[in-house]
Amino acid sequence: MEILRNVHAKNLVKWAEDKKDAYLLSADLTSSCEAHLFKEAYPERFLSMGIAEQNMLAFAGGMAREGLVPLIHTFAVFIYRRAYDQIAMSVAYPNLPVKMFGFLPGILTPGGATHQAIEDISVMRSLPNMTIIECGDATDVEASLGYAYSIDGPVYVRVLRGEIPRLFSPDDGVDFSKPRKLREGNDFVLLTSGICTEEGMRAAAALEEQGVSISHYHITTLKPFDHPEIVAEIEKSKYGAITMENHSIIGGLGTIIAEQMAEYGCTKKLHRLGLKDTFVHGASQRYLMRKYGLDAIALIAKIEEITKTRFNILEESLRETYTPSLHSDYKPEAL
Amino acid sequence: MNSNWQEDVKQMASGIRLRVLKHTIDSNGGYLSQACSSAELFSVLYKRILKLDKLEKPLLPEKFQGVPNSERKAVTGINFNGGGKQENDNFILSPAQYALVLYAALIEAGRMDEKAMEEYNKDGSSVEMIGAEHSPGMEVTTGSLGQGISQAAGIAYARKVRGDSGRVVVFLSDGECQSGEFWEAVQAMSFLKLNNMLMFIDVNGFQCDGETKDVMNIEPFDERIRAFGARVFRINGHDIEKIAELGELPPADVPTFVLCDTNPHKDMEILKERYPKYHYTRFSSDEERERYQEHYDELLEARRG
Repeated sequence: MEILRNVHAKNLVKWAEDKKDAYLLSADLTSSCEAHLFKEAYPERFLSMGIAEQNMLAFAGGMAREGLVPLIHTFAVFIYRRAYDQIAMSVAYPNLPVKMFGFLPGILTPGGATHQAIEDISVMRSLPNMTIIECGDATDVEASLGYAYSIDGPVYVRVLRGEIPRLFSPDDGVDFSKPRKLREGNDFVLLTSGICTEEGMRAAAALEEQGVSISHYHITTLKPFDHPEIVAEIEKSKYGAITMENHSIIGGLGTIIAEQMAEYGCTKKLHRLGLKDTFVHGASQRYLMRKYGLDAIALIAKIEEITKTRFNILEESLRETYTPSLHSDYKPEAL
Repeated sequence: MNSNWQEDVKQMASGIRLRVLKHTIDSNGGYLSQACSSAELFSVLYKRILKLDKLEKPLLPEKFQGVPNSERKAVTGINFNGGGKQENDNFILSPAQYALVLYAALIEAGRMDEKAMEEYNKDGSSVEMIGAEHSPGMEVTTGSLGQGISQAAGIAYARKVRGDSGRVVVFLSDGECQSGEFWEAVQAMSFLKLNNMLMFIDVNGFQCDGETKDVMNIEPFDERIRAFGARVFRINGHDIEKIAELGELPPADVPTFVLCDTNPHKDMEILKERYPKYHYTRFSSDEERERYQEHYDELLEARRG
């Protein structure tokens, strides 16, 4: 698999060249959020706001009222937790085009509870006017900028940075308005988002060899989300739906699918993989994915439990995945 | 020992720098400039200022036991400090990114077993890179910058109500004082006359993106805090006698801030070449790492005299 480096940093410079109304606001994490090349290329459109997110978000609301498009860049956790009221009243209420790029979502940071955005989708989703996107690979990251910009209102994006895989060919185009179908099947409907999509792909491929047929969707747009066709497919499936997300199972993808199934009267079961109403602590990505059941092995175990079958799939037999080292050269700081 | 406490403190400061430098070299990454700017501050705090529990022997941190919930009470690293006793001081480290420096200080002060460093940033360990409340010497969770001082103020208020003789001593760094919460805290602390609070701020003039004056200016820092109603001193943060003197000052009727102007590459000239990015030191080549190793050897030699 192709691994790309600093995708957002490079793409941002190229994309922003002719977007003269796009301004980047940073809260002292410029290189860590891949905004350093933008800062070098367009210093007149770069605002250093210091470690002061509440002001930054309401300030962005003011800029947006005057026709500018602020691109907020900081760690995901510091956007919604530190400045929630400012986002709600200065940005979301007047439906202003402030684009919030949140880095290191969920367990992607070893920085511990203070740095881990585990309920951001839940919180941001309940804000009226908010659009929410989550990137699962380099192609998503590249396309998210233009898509966020094209939306007339506030957008919150969960971005990937550093060394990231390309799971989807950019030649096929990216349509954020609909879930991306990755695999056909009729035993389960699997819905994954963010880094869990790659895990879902690894598990589904191995399970198919064992005769488990899985319909797999990669979900990028978490809000708005209205897909009766997926619910119909869940209804027709043998075992129902499974969601897997790098987020609390409360308020994120699992909840979104639960709401859809209930509203459309689906009678099948839903199984949610994700953080089960718990805070997390500082450790490496792979360790936390294993401990909290966010990887291919956890998905296989869940399907074994539902189907009451043992597949004896060895981790070594799964398609290889690439996890950047804790001290990857492609991130400038510790985090 | 008391007759020559200055020598003792200086040894500890150089020990902190050496430990953090060694760690940075060995794991190709570390918060090195923070050790350079704050080594004297941590040393005077642990050797002269903080009233802490006497420990029989250095403690070895437990493995991480899990996040707090209904079945598991929150565990803190307070047992490495004052242990929550009425006559002891609290020590609140506000920028949890300084955890590596705190751990080095705890080892140098004989409060933590040096074997603990083998657990630093390891999966399943409580010796986290960004310290959380379960980490050694950490009493609250502060890595979301700006919250440390407010939590400390709440602790100080409760201790005042209870009539504790111990103080609440807070270590801050300048960058985090850009947040509105910091100023809300100073406002409340002055308003509530929390004179049992003593704040030391490492004003090293740098943060993640570069020089603080270029990222978001906070000067004139001392005048701003004074205007919020606190007692403020501004000193050279490497002057151990001055730090110690202010640490023993009788309380005023408002909280006391000691702004410590520091040098982010003190005794580590080699760091200067990274200007203005001192926040985290990761080497770009083996050659660079080698030069830091040579510097380490020199410092060690000098220390042995």
